[in-house]
Amino acid sequence: MSILISKDTRVLVQGITGYQGEFHTARMLEFGTRVVAGVTPGKGGTQVHGVPVFDTAAEAVQAAGATAACIFVPARFAKDAALEAIEARLDPVVVITEGVPVHDALQIVEFARRQQVHLVGPNCPGLTVPGQCKIGIMPNHLFAPGPVGVVSRSGTLTYEIVAALTREGIGQSAALGLGGDPVVGISFTEALRMFQDDPHTAAVILIGEIGGSAEEEAARFISAHVRKPVVGYIAGRTAPPGKRMGHAGAVISGTEGTAGSKIEALQAAGVAVATLPGEVAALARAVV
Amino acid sequence: MKLHEYQAKEMFARYAIPLQNGVVIERPQQVEGIALTYPLVLKAQVLVGGRGKAGGIKLAATPDEARRHAAAILGMQIKGEKVRRLVVAEAAEIGAEYYLAFTIDRPARRMGVIASAAGGIDIEEVARSTPDKIARGTVDPFFGFHPYQARQLGRRLGLGGSLLSDFVAVATALYRVCVSEDAELVEVNPLAVVTGRPFDAAGGPRLLAVDAKVIIDDNAVYRHSGLPKNEELTELEAAARVEGLSNVELDGDLAIIGNGAGLVMATLDMVAHFGGRPANFLDVGGGATTENMKQAIEIVVRKPGVRGLLINIFGGITRCDDIARGIVDARSPVDMVVRLTGTNEDEGRRILESAGIHAYVDPQEAAQRVVALVGHRA
Repeated sequence: MSILISKDTRVLVQGITGYQGEFHTARMLEFGTRVVAGVTPGKGGTQVHGVPVFDTAAEAVQAAGATAACIFVPARFAKDAALEAIEARLDPVVVITEGVPVHDALQIVEFARRQQVHLVGPNCPGLTVPGQCKIGIMPNHLFAPGPVGVVSRSGTLTYEIVAALTREGIGQSAALGLGGDPVVGISFTEALRMFQDDPHTAAVILIGEIGGSAEEEAARFISAHVRKPVVGYIAGRTAPPGKRMGHAGAVISGTEGTAGSKIEALQAAGVAVATLPGEVAALARAVV
Repeated sequence: MKLHEYQAKEMFARYAIPLQNGVVIERPQQVEGIALTYPLVLKAQVLVGGRGKAGGIKLAATPDEARRHAAAILGMQIKGEKVRRLVVAEAAEIGAEYYLAFTIDRPARRMGVIASAAGGIDIEEVARSTPDKIARGTVDPFFGFHPYQARQLGRRLGLGGSLLSDFVAVATALYRVCVSEDAELVEVNPLAVVTGRPFDAAGGPRLLAVDAKVIIDDNAVYRHSGLPKNEELTELEAAARVEGLSNVELDGDLAIIGNGAGLVMATLDMVAHFGGRPANFLDVGGGATTENMKQAIEIVVRKPGVRGLLINIFGGITRCDDIARGIVDARSPVDMVVRLTGTNEDEGRRILESAGIHAYVDPQEAAQRVVALVGHRA
């Protein structure tokens, strides 16, 4: 067990018959993930890559023993799929879908909080525990098992940094993509708590970006509770205020959400913050 | 998507939020014989902030004054945005000014409500200088926002009597706007205490939404058919969106393309770190095709003054061979440096090399190279 998932996690893919769902189900199976069921309403009784498809999440739990959910359904149906997964007490529920309306995300997050289900995303690449289980869309070949936990708001930048770690011989206990939207489930703070409690994690890499104050909250949490070394990188030093930089959540509002404020807060909490992404692996090397 | 004041007020009117009597005009002549009672206020309709300081809001006591102001404001530029419309409204006799807004409280992961007795000015400034003058709360989306919660908030601002009832009506209506219209921000600043028009003066002081600001969630625009189509994007940003690409124009001379928002932001930072000035941020997204890449290049090099191009691709779902074909097809007219690694990298490199294009593996080296090429400090 690392954080959230393990080799015993039994994954349900919602939207398994869609283009993305089918493609990434194949990649997850190749990784070794136990994808035990799919759901596409109206396609119950069929199969995708040998995985049985059901009409509802409840049936998938009952018949196939699914314990976690990965959601690929289009944005306009994502809320319904997520509420269904949370109701069925799948845990974690990982929403890959990009473009989910924020009022839908607010309801998904609130319901997950009530049901005490871990929600990852929306608009995220998912999570990977190397050698055990991958839920989501991270490229399979980048990872190696090891002691470093990676948590990030971005997809590709995470792949870039994980690839550099693996190249340097630094394996990962888990890599977790929180999602690029303004309202997402698990935050940096919760991820840090899980990594702090995980005996297989020796150090944490936190990859943040402009927008919101999740990194500043993480810095406060690190000061108070994290005893493991943390290395950071914040993207968007050169981003102008008021512009959304690709991610819906990556926007500086007035004076809030700047890279400078996040870097300063993390440094004050004792985090080694890299100036360039290429320096992250070396900083990690120094602490593990 | 930001709404203009007049669009936000049309929305507010449907939810019975009290507003001044007013009309929207596009030509100065339209103030002639306007069916409103003087004095009037004329307000430039622009999406950028700070229109008052820029001279975009004027009072007119007479038709002559109104004509002069309308002629001056219509067509003027405010922070680069041309004024095409004016709101002309009956000026209100304003007493105290309050602030009221619903907006996403990101740390709480709920809709937040913010109210203040220090309205009429920049709320961020109030938050910095006198945070105790701001009352905040959050809303459970399944529970909603009820009159008793609005009353509690109003009491924290010191409101009582009929003003408290007005506040409850406005606040609950504003939350309905927020949810029903899929807004990420609804703001009334100032929410002003007025005596007299548009209300009956005998009724005593009332609350009036003097200004209105609404931002609709871009991800939810699809489920609202009646929305206006406000274009805040530049021509090249809009051109990118048509192709399903995300482009933000900046003021430098080095065009940037990458895949993934975080990676592209990091690429801009690298270029700036080595002394270059990014001309844009273009994210081709996950799983970009040959055609996406070709279009991306053609769009960013159209920006006047662009002297170089850096392409930074880390292939995950995106395949390097698809990207390489797009790069070769587009034939960049400016100096180009490519960093390409990840899925199908070998095939991607072969395609580029057969077209005489070298591909870097290390993004930092690529960033340094392109900065040197366009002649900035290396």
